[in-house]
Amino acid sequence: MTVPVPEAAGEGLAQRLAFLQRAGGAATAVFTAVLAFFAGGIVVLVTGHNPLTTYKAIFVGTGLTWPYRLVTGQDTSGAADNLQQTLLLTTPLILTGLAVAFAFRCGLFNIGGQGQYFAGAYVSVWIASSLSGTPGLLHIIFAIVAGSLAGALWGGIAGFLRATVGAHEVITTIMLNWTAIFVGQYLFGQGGPLQNSTNPSDPVSNDIAENTKLHVWWGDPLIQGLHVGFFVALAMLVVFWLVLSRTTLGYEVRAVGFNPEAARYGGISVSRNYFLAMAISGLFAGLAGTLDILGWQFRLGVIDIRSSQIGFVGIAVALLGRNTAIGVGLSALLFGALLTGTSTRNLNPDVFQPELAGNLTLMIQALVLLFVGADVLILWFWRRFRT
Amino acid sequence: MSARPVLELRGITKSFPGILANDHVDFDLLPAEVHALLGENGAGKSTLMSILYGLYHPDEGEIVLRGQPVKISSPRDAIELGIGMVHQHFMLIPVMTVAENIVLATEPRKAGVLLDYDTAVRRVRELSERFGLAVNPNAKVEKITVGQQQRVEILKALYRGAEILILDEPTAVLTPQEARELFGIIRSLTEQGKSIIFISHKLNEVLEIADRVTVLRRGKQIETLPTAGATEESLARLMVGREVLLRVDKQPAKPTEPLLDVDDLHVLDDRGLEAVRGVSLEVRGGEIVAIAGVDGNGQSELIEALTGLRPIASGRVVAGGRDLTRSSTQEILDEGIGHIPEDRQRRGLVLEFTLAENLALHDYDKQPISKLGWLRPGRLIARARKLLKEFDVRGGGPNTLARSLSGGNQQKVVIAREVSRDPHVLIAAQPTRGLDVGAIEFVHRRLVEERDEGRGVLLVSLELEEVLSLADRILVVYEGRIVGEFGPDATEEELGFAMLGGAKEAVA
Repeated sequence: MTVPVPEAAGEGLAQRLAFLQRAGGAATAVFTAVLAFFAGGIVVLVTGHNPLTTYKAIFVGTGLTWPYRLVTGQDTSGAADNLQQTLLLTTPLILTGLAVAFAFRCGLFNIGGQGQYFAGAYVSVWIASSLSGTPGLLHIIFAIVAGSLAGALWGGIAGFLRATVGAHEVITTIMLNWTAIFVGQYLFGQGGPLQNSTNPSDPVSNDIAENTKLHVWWGDPLIQGLHVGFFVALAMLVVFWLVLSRTTLGYEVRAVGFNPEAARYGGISVSRNYFLAMAISGLFAGLAGTLDILGWQFRLGVIDIRSSQIGFVGIAVALLGRNTAIGVGLSALLFGALLTGTSTRNLNPDVFQPELAGNLTLMIQALVLLFVGADVLILWFWRRFRT
Repeated sequence: MSARPVLELRGITKSFPGILANDHVDFDLLPAEVHALLGENGAGKSTLMSILYGLYHPDEGEIVLRGQPVKISSPRDAIELGIGMVHQHFMLIPVMTVAENIVLATEPRKAGVLLDYDTAVRRVRELSERFGLAVNPNAKVEKITVGQQQRVEILKALYRGAEILILDEPTAVLTPQEARELFGIIRSLTEQGKSIIFISHKLNEVLEIADRVTVLRRGKQIETLPTAGATEESLARLMVGREVLLRVDKQPAKPTEPLLDVDDLHVLDDRGLEAVRGVSLEVRGGEIVAIAGVDGNGQSELIEALTGLRPIASGRVVAGGRDLTRSSTQEILDEGIGHIPEDRQRRGLVLEFTLAENLALHDYDKQPISKLGWLRPGRLIARARKLLKEFDVRGGGPNTLARSLSGGNQQKVVIAREVSRDPHVLIAAQPTRGLDVGAIEFVHRRLVEERDEGRGVLLVSLELEEVLSLADRILVVYEGRIVGEFGPDATEEELGFAMLGGAKEAVA
């Protein structure tokens, strides 16, 4: 961001500049999202629908209308169900978003959130569906720790390769995504070692033990209410912020991310931080996979492995959220809402065909990525807009 | 010269939020004149020229060109009015040839659409012969030297019909030899009637090349005077607003015991070639040892090897009785070696960090800045506040980003960090590069103070003047070897001769 400013500015100006950049940072993110929705709206218009009513129907489908009942007193049990769905998706999106954001702050582009998510899901479903007889809380903690560590290991491999032989993390994480998918297809596919022991024709894992299912604190457990993992994800936003801004590890990670040469000069080991940053990133994504298994999926099928996109959406979440804790939280909510609002179950088919709406989500996601890449353009608009 | 000015800027005022960058500045340019614009970083030189070139719009004031008031609202307008600008950072396309770069946007065409490359080459050749700017029109820009790239920029401006040429700190990127050649070019341009605005903060250059000089300070025009009769001292006073010591005031050294001992050091460069070939040297407490030499004779590699940033192929480095040959940067820092790196923006600072964070770059993981892995922001900021005051860093507080400071103040932050660690040996690589006189004075005074407190200072500098005014002992490096040692009373001629590989061994 290059705001034209004369050198040797006074303290007042420097502070104002820092503020402007921060404000501009948040404003451009919002503007990016608005622009993406606007472009999506044009496409809706082209298909012969009214963009406003379509977006309104999507918005109703997200359940974000639920708080209105506090004002109107209307019964909004439908909205509550929808909002639970939105937050159920927001939970893993926060974590896969953090997985991308943390690596980013160290100057690394982690495309491997998806694979790290799977690593967490595989290990947690395995542990939670075996070791029967373990006391519930202990079993849950064990599954969560093991699942997170599996993600950390998967991310750490890419970090280790970058740190030691310089293999670029974009390439290695993409390869590790595929490795994870193939490993999953083998493990849970027909005849695989972790395939369902009661039904040999079903390519799916065993169900997790009843006492490892996370407590549902809002909504009906039978129709996917909201589990306590949501709070774990929120807590991780705080952890992310604390680690980066308040610990020596975060200091190192940020120094390496901004200027590896200066970090090295300062006595910081760049390769150690590459490894750690990728491992911590993987930890977040592995936790996402674990919470999905223990919170609402309860089993993992090959079909889920083939269709899951949660790790990739995490990239969009992190980019739109500008790799900050608050930004990731908000954009995870946005994408969670978007995915829920356009789902077949939630969108009113009279307004817009849900099968088209799913594509609309993808498009908006892609447009966000595109516009985030076009940072300069957005900033230019933003400045024109202000003057 | 009493000719009518070709250009007049009258009462130009421009403010940015919180700062008055230009405050009713008057400036005029005579035909065939070199008029220097002199001022410290941040004095408003660049703003004034950006207004002339149509990049900014003035809040007040007018621009009069050949007697006519004009409005310049974009660089395109400026070019059409015959104003050309050569920026500090070149705007060339590396993969295209010199000729292609020069004719870009106004290229001669064949059949309406195709580039008539032969005509382009011919025209470039004509121009370059006419003004004595030797370049090969067919060379790719990425293959030619920085000095030649600058000529391409000048040719580009001339090709577009520039009668007035703005050169923004043109010597900042050049070697002394290239700077000589540039001055020759400037003279040949003015002989052919071009007028030159020469932006600089280097006093000797201004005195050498300019006919008149306008001094700016904090946005205000202080004075416009002919260079004939002016001295470096008088210009420095106008520029800084107080008496400036251009010569360093220091007592003879009182060297104590050796603090840094380098023995037969060999170091490879990035291409795997031997850049340092058997350097031995000793730095004692209480003395400044300078390494003089033309850039690229192994100085950078030597410093990097001494600070653990580059592996040592063979030889030995001992400091404080400890062998540091195989030590990491962290260990070397802990052993009490301070390092002011040659490139403060690339290495010395994390520009996106705040000043407080930058000041903690070496001790963020030590008490009292952190404890058990947790940073203590209160102490971080309190310490920064104290250091910024002590080292007179202006333009920001502990929470200001390093990026928003001027070069001189950035360097003060680096020096504050390195000196406050109380090192035994301070390695300073080109510590005043790109700084203006006020800041240079500060850095020099500080280095002498460090010496007087008994520390050893190893100075690497490309500026002979700096070497001569600071050093107690001078080692001349040539092609990775020390080719001569001189005392503080050596002459520029002696050193210059040795720097070109002339002297084998001269005794101080």
